[in-house]
Amino acid sequence: MDKEIKFSWQDIIKYGVIGGIVALYVVLIGMVVTFKERYIIAETVNLGQIALFSPTFILAYFAANNARKLKSLIYAIVVGALVGAIVGVFVAALLVLASHVNMREVFLNVSPELLKILHFGQESLKGASLVIVGLNLIVGLVGGLFALAPRRWSNALLVGAALVTLMGILQELMSITFGTKDWYKPLGEFIYAKKGLSWGGTILFFVLGMLFSLWRSSPGLHPGARVAKLPPKQQQGVRIVSFLLGLAILVWLPKFLGSYPSEILTTVGIYVIMGLGLNIVVGFAGLLDLGYVAFFAIGAYTVGILTTTGKLATVGWNFWMALPVAIFLATMAGVILGIPVLKMRGDYLAIVTLGFGEIIRILVLSDWLKPYIGGAQGILQIPKPEILGYEFKGPQQIYYLVLIGILLVGYIAWRLRDARVGRAWKAMREDEDVAEAMGIHLVSTKLMAFATGAAFAGLSGAIFAAKLGSIFPHSFNLIVSINVLSLIIVGGIGSLPGVVVGALILVGLPELLREFADYRMLFYGALLVAMMLVKPEGFVPEKTHARELREQPLEPEVAPEAPAREAL
Amino acid sequence: MAEKRHSEYILETIHVTKQFGGLVAVKDLSIQVPHQSIYSVIGPNGAGKTTFFNCITGFYKVTEGDILLDGESIAGLRPDIIVKKGISRTYQNIRLFQNLTALENVMVGHHPRMKAGWLGAVLNTPATRQEEAATRKLAMELLEFVGLKGVEHELATNLPYGMQRRLEIARALASEPKLLLLDEPTAGMNPSETEEMTAFIDNLRKEMGITVLLIEHDMRVVMSISDTITVLDYGEKIAEGKPEEVRANPRVIEAYLGRGAATQHEAKAA
Ligand SMILES: Nc1ncnc2c1ncn2[C@@H]1O[C@H](COP(=O)(O)OP(=O)(O)OP(=O)(O)O)[C@@H](O)[C@H]1O
Ligand SMILES: [Mg+2]
Repeated sequence: MDKEIKFSWQDIIKYGVIGGIVALYVVLIGMVVTFKERYIIAETVNLGQIALFSPTFILAYFAANNARKLKSLIYAIVVGALVGAIVGVFVAALLVLASHVNMREVFLNVSPELLKILHFGQESLKGASLVIVGLNLIVGLVGGLFALAPRRWSNALLVGAALVTLMGILQELMSITFGTKDWYKPLGEFIYAKKGLSWGGTILFFVLGMLFSLWRSSPGLHPGARVAKLPPKQQQGVRIVSFLLGLAILVWLPKFLGSYPSEILTTVGIYVIMGLGLNIVVGFAGLLDLGYVAFFAIGAYTVGILTTTGKLATVGWNFWMALPVAIFLATMAGVILGIPVLKMRGDYLAIVTLGFGEIIRILVLSDWLKPYIGGAQGILQIPKPEILGYEFKGPQQIYYLVLIGILLVGYIAWRLRDARVGRAWKAMREDEDVAEAMGIHLVSTKLMAFATGAAFAGLSGAIFAAKLGSIFPHSFNLIVSINVLSLIIVGGIGSLPGVVVGALILVGLPELLREFADYRMLFYGALLVAMMLVKPEGFVPEKTHARELREQPLEPEVAPEAPAREAL
Repeated sequence: MAEKRHSEYILETIHVTKQFGGLVAVKDLSIQVPHQSIYSVIGPNGAGKTTFFNCITGFYKVTEGDILLDGESIAGLRPDIIVKKGISRTYQNIRLFQNLTALENVMVGHHPRMKAGWLGAVLNTPATRQEEAATRKLAMELLEFVGLKGVEHELATNLPYGMQRRLEIARALASEPKLLLLDEPTAGMNPSETEEMTAFIDNLRKEMGITVLLIEHDMRVVMSISDTITVLDYGEKIAEGKPEEVRANPRVIEAYLGRGAATQHEAKAA
């Protein structure tokens, strides 16, 4: 610690200024006010405050990133605190400025309400400014300390904090859930305050999150590594048991959660099915498809046309008869789109598929097809699926339809991934020419990827139509394709669990936060940029299993080289 | 490898010419590669060696001429068909599937010898399972054979250079070729690695009965293991023969070292 430590003032100022600008941005677009009612912890900490102080924390952390290498507490504290203070000065300056000049003409969000929040209960402007700088300084200091903590611990703390935030956000929903059934009412009362988590709940979830993260990152305890050590028979046993356990929870979930959360999960699930399909096209085969929504639309409209009992009624089939037709037509569309783009790569492929998506959307809206598919008025009165007298009528029932869809499609994707076909896709993704020289027939392999992806989207669309009971063209625009692609990227391209995680974050989270709607695209953009910078491989990278199962990192030059010598 | 031979030569190229616009990269090249031999193609940079390989493996369509694999014409066929017929190759600048594991790379190599399709994979039929297990076993054996035991589950991109070269050979072998094309397999290797690689190539022919067509810059390697050598310069064959014959050929020396060297050599010989 008595090493001489050089501070880079330039860096401190740079990070401070960036943090300041981001913080101002967050304030000026109105997030602090919008989220002020979203309490996370016991009517004390709200989401608006978290939004306000996150930039400080993150930039202080990055500024002090050297601390771990230098092993210097002083460095971490000084850099973190200074960056925090600089950010604080920016915010305080805004407060002072806004108190003297009417900024509302330009910045609509600089409302009296915002100023009141920024006063942090202080009477005087001077006092408020000091508090702002002080709070930012403290947050920055904590960010700096974070940079010093061993990675394992800082990760654990982050997971704890994230879990607390998530559970806090969930409060409104969960309170209803907890309120409905007698036997978990006491639990609900312990975890939640009137608004946000109770202190007890906060501590509980923080500790749970930390323990979970530590458990996963501990080399001795890591579940994957431990299972891998068991004999094959037992390994399989563990897998089957954990699968059944997971399944049991998933089956029980809608009963526990109630209607609205089930509705959200159903929407997430519909995206998971699409994500698993696009993951085959983009993640496995490396074919960038931006018109994916087209197959979703074909699936939905096929079911709509064939089953509706409204004024567009045709054959009036039931869902189960229409479903295979929907999947078949989507698959055919996948092949038909695939043929013209066989020779295209990268950007060109993306643009042509984008065009295809638009063509379908415009066709659906067209006057020409209006007599059959209803144009902008869409198709109404699509009956709910029914099987052996069980009607998938509400979200809590449709949930099971979606769950079955996910299991089916997930199973197929999982099987294909590790089979000859999947390897051919991945080889093609890595190097098309070499793949061909390794005996892979590019035409059929590509078409198979397009067809499989399209089939999944068709299934997803069919369920979507049944879930809503009516479909309109605006549900099938480019944003859907972009959402699906984004969730794959966030989850980890090519990774199956990644699709689920990506869908939960990108589809589930925004649904939970109604006041979030205005910032949805901002959130997507920020998240994608952040992911590319910090974790380009996604939250659940494709190759983790290989990595996880190995206990020590490989030292390629030394160990395996020795036997190699003899062999050659 | 007890296959019936249809021709005296496993590979025969007949007046092969490859033109890129105005540039004639390979010119009227005819070679005959006997079964189970090691045949080297050498020549200065830009002589057209890699282009010649690309013609044989179907990467390029020949402008003129024909290519026979064991008597059967393969000119103009697609690369994936040609590999099925029994020619596989490695690349001058390593071209592995970087984000696949070593094992997966080799398993992809076995693709042309496998049958499982989409449905077989999804239904996980006994035939598929059996084929998958056999492929896995073969790949493991090949990895061991090239000295990559222990790094099977490592991503190709994470392997050190020498291992990547050997992995590429294992991948090529996985397609069970009759003829293996190696494009500068010792490039970038140190002398001891080069020596191992030389012994390894020699071994391929002896143990597996594979014919090797080799592009190589390292003269010691070429001279020590080749049965026959063809020398290219500006796409044309300027010499052909046993190592000793080629070594002494003044045109070869000229092509490699320039006019002056050749005259000097002649003077010495006289
Ligand atoms: N696809 C192509 N288009 C145009 N010209 C090409 C192409 N491929 C090769 N060439 C040209 O053909 C000639 C022969 O190249 P080639 O790569 O076959 O040489 P080489 O003998 O393998 O050389 P090196 O020893 O450097 O690998 C060079 O002049 C090269 O520029
Ligand atoms: Mg070359």
